[in-house]
Amino acid sequence: MAVLIYAENWEGKFKKLTFELASYGAQLASMIQTQLVAVSIGEVADEELLKLGNYGVSKVISLNHPQLQSFDSRQITRAIAQVAEQVEASALVLSANNSGKALAPRLAVRLKAGIASGVNQLPTSISPFVVSKKVFSGGAFASLTINTTVKILTLLQNSMELKEQIVSCTIERFEPTLDGGLTSPKVLESHKHAGKILLSDAEIVVSGGRGMKSADNWAPLLELAELLNAATACSRPISDEGWRPHDEHTGQTGKIIAPNLYIAIGISGATQHIAGVSSSKCIVAINNDKSAPIFESAQYGIVGDAAKVLPKLIDALKVIKNK
Amino acid sequence: MNILVCISNVPDTTVRIKLADNGATIDNTGIQWIINPWDELALTRALELRDDPSSGVKQVSVAHVGLVGAEPTIRKALAIGADNAYRVNCDPADAFQTAACLASIVKNASFDLILCGIESSDYNGSNVGGMLAEMLDWVSVSGVSFLKVENGSITVNREIDGGRETLQVQSPCVCVVQKGIAKEPRIAAMRGIMQARTKTIAVSEWNGAESLTTVASYQPPKARPSCKFFDADSPEKLLEALQNEAKVI
Ligand SMILES: Cc1cc2nc3c(=O)[nH]c(=O)nc-3n(C[C@H](O)[C@H](O)[C@H](O)COP(=O)(O)OP(=O)(O)OC[C@H]3O[C@@H](n4cnc5c(N)ncnc54)[C@H](O)[C@@H]3O)c2cc1C
Repeated sequence: MAVLIYAENWEGKFKKLTFELASYGAQLASMIQTQLVAVSIGEVADEELLKLGNYGVSKVISLNHPQLQSFDSRQITRAIAQVAEQVEASALVLSANNSGKALAPRLAVRLKAGIASGVNQLPTSISPFVVSKKVFSGGAFASLTINTTVKILTLLQNSMELKEQIVSCTIERFEPTLDGGLTSPKVLESHKHAGKILLSDAEIVVSGGRGMKSADNWAPLLELAELLNAATACSRPISDEGWRPHDEHTGQTGKIIAPNLYIAIGISGATQHIAGVSSSKCIVAINNDKSAPIFESAQYGIVGDAAKVLPKLIDALKVIKNK
Repeated sequence: MNILVCISNVPDTTVRIKLADNGATIDNTGIQWIINPWDELALTRALELRDDPSSGVKQVSVAHVGLVGAEPTIRKALAIGADNAYRVNCDPADAFQTAACLASIVKNASFDLILCGIESSDYNGSNVGGMLAEMLDWVSVSGVSFLKVENGSITVNREIDGGRETLQVQSPCVCVVQKGIAKEPRIAAMRGIMQARTKTIAVSEWNGAESLTTVASYQPPKARPSCKFFDADSPEKLLEALQNEAKVI
C-alpha cells in the first residue's frame, strides 16, 4: 500500500508546490499508516529527485519515455496508473494546477477512483474517507465522501505549509507500457512568460480594479508589488479593457489563487471576483467607498483614494525595508 | 465535423447559497438557473466555428445530464444557436456519473470534437471533460484558451504553468476550455428563441452508471472576522499589522 503523489517538474526542477504536495502526502500517509511514494516523469537529476526525501517521500519512481515528452494526458495517465497499480496506491494526490486538472479525471476513470478536487486540508476521516472541499466557488463547503478503494485528491496550490520530514529515500526506474494507438497532440509553438513571478506560485499578490481609473496609473501598483516580491493581478474589466494582460485576470472566470496575502486596490469585490481569491489567507482592501463589498472579505482595509494611498503605503514600506 | 458541447445547469453565479435541512442539501428556492458560464463560452466558440464555412464544422449539438427541470437551460442553448440537444434523464451525484452518461450519448452518435468548460460553477470539480475522454479513450487537451478549426484540422492553445503552447490535435478529441476561448457569450436573438421551440431535445434514460462519491453534508463558508480599518494617512499601521499580527509580510 502507498500514498502516491505526482511530482511534476519544470525543466528538471521541482517547485514549492511539489514539496507542498509531498508534505500533504506524508501526513495523509501517516493517517492511513502507509508509506509515501512519488512518481516523476521526464528527465530529473537524482539529486533533485532525492530532495523529495526531505518531505517524507521514501521512494521516488522515475520514468522517462519518448512518448511522454510532450504533454499527452492520455499517455501520461497510462504511465501513472501503472505506477499506482505497482505500488498498490490507495490514494493519489496531484496538484490542482493545469496538469493535475488534466490528469486527475483521466486517472479516476482508469483506476475507478472517486475524486475530490481542489482540496486544501487533510481528510476529516479515513474510513469512511471524508474530505472537505470548496463548492459554489466559495459560497459553501462540502464534506465529500469518496466511496472507492482508491482515492484521488487534487491539492490547491499554497494551501499546505511545507513540513520538513527527512526520511531515507530510494529511486526506482520504471518502464511504462504505452500504446501507439492515437496520435499525440503535436506542439507547434511554445511560449514562456520569462522572469515573472507566476500568479499561481506567488505568496503575495497585488491586484488592481477599475478604481485604478486608467492603465496609466499602474506604476505605483507595480512598485508596491516589486517591493513585496509579489505577483500582480487584476479584476476582469481591467483585462477586458486591455489595461493589463489576460493572464492577470483573477476570479471565477480567470485564475483562482490562494496567496498568503491578497491586496485588492480599487476592486469592488463582486462575488465572481471573490470566487477567485476567497482562499487567500489575508485580504487587504483599499477602496474609496466604505460600503464596497470587498470589505466584507477583507481582514484589513483602508478607505481612501488609491492614487493617494498607494504612494504613502510605498513610502512606509520603504522605511520598514530600510530598517 | 460535428461538435458536441457539454453543458451544466448551475445557479446564477451572483446567488448567495443557502443550506437546507441542517446542511444536508442546498436550498434551491428562488435560484435562477443558468448555463455554466464556461460552457456558454464553449458553445459560443463552437457556433462561431460552425458559422465560418472555412472551418468545416457542420453541426453543433449540446448535451446535458439532468432532470426535466433543466430543459429551460437546454432551450436557451438551442436559442443561442445549437442545432440540437441531448439530455440523459439522471440527476447526477458526481462527475463520474455525469461523464458516464455523456459517454453513452457520444457512443451512439458521431462527434469529432467535444468541448467542456474547465469547471462548473457549482461543484468546481474540473473533472467531467477528462473523465469523458478517458471513458471514450480519446485524446484530451485541458486548459484550452484558443481553438481554431480549419477544414477539419484542429489547432488549440493550451495554458501551462508559466506559459502557453500551440498544439495541433487530431480528432476525435475532447477540449476542456477556459478563459480566452470566446470573448463574450453569444446572446439569444428573438429569431433564435422562436427557432429553439422546434428544435429537438433527444432524451435518453439513465444507463445505470454509478457515482463514486457522495456529499455527506454542506457547511457555510467560515465567517471572516470583520475588517479592521486603518487611517489613509497612516499606512504604516497597516504594514505593522501585516507583519506582526497576520505575519504575511
Ligand atoms: C459570469 C460572470 C463572470 C465574471 N467573472 C469575473 C472574474 O472572474 N473576475 C472578476 O474580477 N470579475 C468577474 N466578473 C465581473 C464582476 O461581476 C465585476 O463586474 C468585476 O469584478 C468588477 O471589477 P472591479 O471591481 O474592478 O470594478 P467595479 O465593480 O467598477 O469596482 C471598482 C471599485 O473601485 C472603487 N474605486 C473607485 N475609485 C476609486 C479610487 N479613486 N480609489 C479607490 N477605490 C476606488 C469603487 O468604490 C469600486 O468599489 C464576472 C461577471 C459575470 C457575469
